[in-house]
Amino acid sequence: MSSRRAWLWWVPLTCVAAALGWAGFAPIHVPSHDELFEIPKGTYARRMKGDQVEILPSQIRLTLGLNDVLLLRNLDDVPQVFGPTIMMPGQSFRLPFEKASRYDFACTAHASGQMTILVEEVPVMPWSKIHWRIREYWENRKG
Amino acid sequence: MIRRLSILLLLGAAGALAAEPPRVAAPPADLFKAGTLTPVMAAPELALAGSDGKPLNLARFRGKVVLLAFGFSNCGEVCPITLATLAGARKKLGAAAADVQVVYVTVDPERDDAAQMKKFLGSFDPTFVGGVGTHAQIEAAQKSFGISSTKNVNPDGSYTIGHSSSIYMIDRKGGLRAVMPYGHPADDFVHDLKILLQG
Repeated sequence: MSSRRAWLWWVPLTCVAAALGWAGFAPIHVPSHDELFEIPKGTYARRMKGDQVEILPSQIRLTLGLNDVLLLRNLDDVPQVFGPTIMMPGQSFRLPFEKASRYDFACTAHASGQMTILVEEVPVMPWSKIHWRIREYWENRKG
Repeated sequence: MIRRLSILLLLGAAGALAAEPPRVAAPPADLFKAGTLTPVMAAPELALAGSDGKPLNLARFRGKVVLLAFGFSNCGEVCPITLATLAGARKKLGAAAADVQVVYVTVDPERDDAAQMKKFLGSFDPTFVGGVGTHAQIEAAQKSFGISSTKNVNPDGSYTIGHSSSIYMIDRKGGLRAVMPYGHPADDFVHDLKILLQG
C-alpha cells in the first residue's frame, strides 16, 4: 500500500480515536450546577382549555458534582405545586441533590401530575464518560 | 512512521486532556441543603387550634424560625421519622433551639384533636405544637401550602393517609424560605437552621 493510500485510512481513524479519547478522558465541563426549567406563562390556562401541554420533561436526569441542582421558575399566572412545595407566580425553587437516587414528585405543571428526577453518580470511567456525553448531546438536541 | 506518529498524537492529546482539572464552579458555602424559594414571600397564614390550647397561627411565632410539617398521629412510617429527626436537630442546636418552633398540622381531623396531638408530639419533644381543626380548616391549610393527602381505607374499615411529607422552613420574619424534602438527616436541618437563625 502506498503511503498516500495509507493516509486515507489513518487520518480518519486517528480522528475517531482522538474524539473517543477526548470523550473518555477529558473532564466533563458544565457551566453551572443549576439545571434550569421554566413553567411558561399561560400553562394553566392552556391546560384548562384541554391542551395536553408538556412543558417539562416527565423525567429529568441530574449528575452529582455536575448539574446536581434543579432550578424551577414559575412564569405562569397561577401557583404551581412541584413535589415538596408550592411556587407562587414569579417564584423560583432551587433544589440541590446530594444522593444518587430516583426521586418521584407530584408536579402540577405535568398533565400526568408526576415528575421523576434521576440523580446519578458522576461518570469516572472512560466508557461512562463517553456514554454521558452522547446522552447529554441527544437530550439537548431533543430540547 | 505515520502509524507511530498518529498513536503518539492520540496518546498525547488524551493525556493532556485527562490532566486538565474539573471545570465546574464550586457551590456557594451558604447553600441550603433544603430547596429554597426566591423571591422570599410570606408564608401562608394558618387559622387552626393549637395542641397547647391556644389559637394556632404563624404570627404567634414571629421572631422564631418555624419548621412546619403536615402529618397525623396514627401514621406508622413517615411522621415518626420526621418528628424524631426534628427533635434530634433541636437537640443538636443546643441553646439556639429556643428560637426554633416545630409546628405539626394534622391531615386527619377525624381522629386528631388537640389532646391526641399533644400526647403524640410530646413523645418526641414537648415544645412541638400541633395544629388541629375542622375538615374545612385543615383542607384550607393544606391547599395554601400545596399539601396533598389521600385517605386509604382498609378492608376492616380502618384507614391510613398518604400525605406530602416535606418540611417548610419559615424565617423569623414569617417568610417561607426553604422546603426540606422528606428523608434528610438531622444534620441537614441543623445546617440550614444555623443559616436561618443568623438571618
